[in-house]
Amino acid sequence: MNDINSPHSMGTTIIGVPYAGDVILGADSRTSTGLYAANRDSDKITQLTDNVYLCRSGSAADSQIVSDYVRHFLHQHMMQLGQPATVKVAANLIRLLSYSNKNMLQTGLIVGGWDKYEGGKIYGIPLGGTIVEQPFAIGGSGSTYFYGFFDQEWKDGMTKDEAEKLVVKAVSLAIARDGASGGVVRTVIINSEDVTRNFYPGDTLPLWHEELAPQNSLLDILSSASPEPMVS
Amino acid sequence: MSSIGTGYDLSVTTFSPDGRVFQIEYAAKAVDNSGTVVGIKCKDGIVIGVEKLIASKMMLPGSNRRIHSVHRHSGMGVAGLAADGRQIVARAKSEAHSYENTYGEPIPIKELADRVASYVHLCTLYWWLRPFGSGVILGGYDCDGPQLYMVEPSGVSYRYFGAAIGKGRQAAKTEIEKLKLSELTCREGVIEVAKIIYGVHDEARDKTFELEMSWVCDESNCQHQKVPEALLEEAKAAAKAALEEMDAD
Repeated sequence: MNDINSPHSMGTTIIGVPYAGDVILGADSRTSTGLYAANRDSDKITQLTDNVYLCRSGSAADSQIVSDYVRHFLHQHMMQLGQPATVKVAANLIRLLSYSNKNMLQTGLIVGGWDKYEGGKIYGIPLGGTIVEQPFAIGGSGSTYFYGFFDQEWKDGMTKDEAEKLVVKAVSLAIARDGASGGVVRTVIINSEDVTRNFYPGDTLPLWHEELAPQNSLLDILSSASPEPMVS
Repeated sequence: MSSIGTGYDLSVTTFSPDGRVFQIEYAAKAVDNSGTVVGIKCKDGIVIGVEKLIASKMMLPGSNRRIHSVHRHSGMGVAGLAADGRQIVARAKSEAHSYENTYGEPIPIKELADRVASYVHLCTLYWWLRPFGSGVILGGYDCDGPQLYMVEPSGVSYRYFGAAIGKGRQAAKTEIEKLKLSELTCREGVIEVAKIIYGVHDEARDKTFELEMSWVCDESNCQHQKVPEALLEEAKAAAKAALEEMDAD
């Protein structure tokens, strides 16, 4: 029962993919304390500004604090500059915090967004605080299960539907194999006009090898055959 | 035009009854009496030129530079007290450096101008500091294109198409207004600025001068640098020729 005191961790699967000048971010929704799913419905894709979002993995507390600080600094920066933040600046602020506090923090982050200078961009900021701009980024414990899949399936210049299908498929593959990833798949699509959030509950996801189809619960049978109340 | 303060001009923290701070106005006079600095924004970049009055024949040409690079993408031409100008440039370099360390991108020119202006203004707020006796023309090229700003000793900063400070600023501004800046390339702009500076130089009053020019444009790969030797010589020759043509009339 030591696990109940383990720090909340987001084993997690997170993905960021730019496509056709815009960007799509995806994540699972499981927050675990040891073997217990503390939250099966988390939202790991956090907003930094109107046009920049962050996928969080690693320690839940650490990634939340980092995103809170960066949101604050980014807003100050935007007020000073008088225009929306760029994805590069947001990523660099995350990197500053991650690198300077590397001894205390355990966070793997993916920054994704859209700005008028560079369009849709993804930056990965893994454990030590490196910042790396990538054509796509995957992270979290679940990502190990689809490195090969992504290498094969990702291509440049995908459409929105192709990119979203790829992200959802990859997260569901990870959920099937990684005990620390689970729940639903959330995606966030960011383009020049707006931000769209999508939600894929477990029963809409495909079943992979040896996964069992959902079965009717005995509870359903009991409630459907409940007797009429007796009237006297 | 100018009036003496008589009692309201002893401190930079004293307003006059008509709402002026005389110490700042006197600081601006230091700029007005120095060699002319001209800056223009052409369609592909910025050109800055300085009329560097030479105090002594013993000075090495090219020394006592009046134009400084602040960062890879920006530079400043300084007018007024040289030592004060050096401090402003040092501060600008420091701001540009710290911005890039924090945010991971070169400082936007607008932000740089704001920071320099704030610093210059700061020094007009306390009685134990004196205002800077120099103004600067700041030119740079960032992701929003080429931009030109001017910062005065009062701490005021505006963005310009063309700006001039120093002795010959009135005449220089008149000449700049005649130019069609949106159609000029920096190559052509360099020639024009040289002509303007040679034109406003007062042979009778002032000693000899050295022309110092820099640019930041597409041709220089968005880096701030001295105008290349060959082009500078071409500009000087064209300016001298234009002068002779005027005299010949």
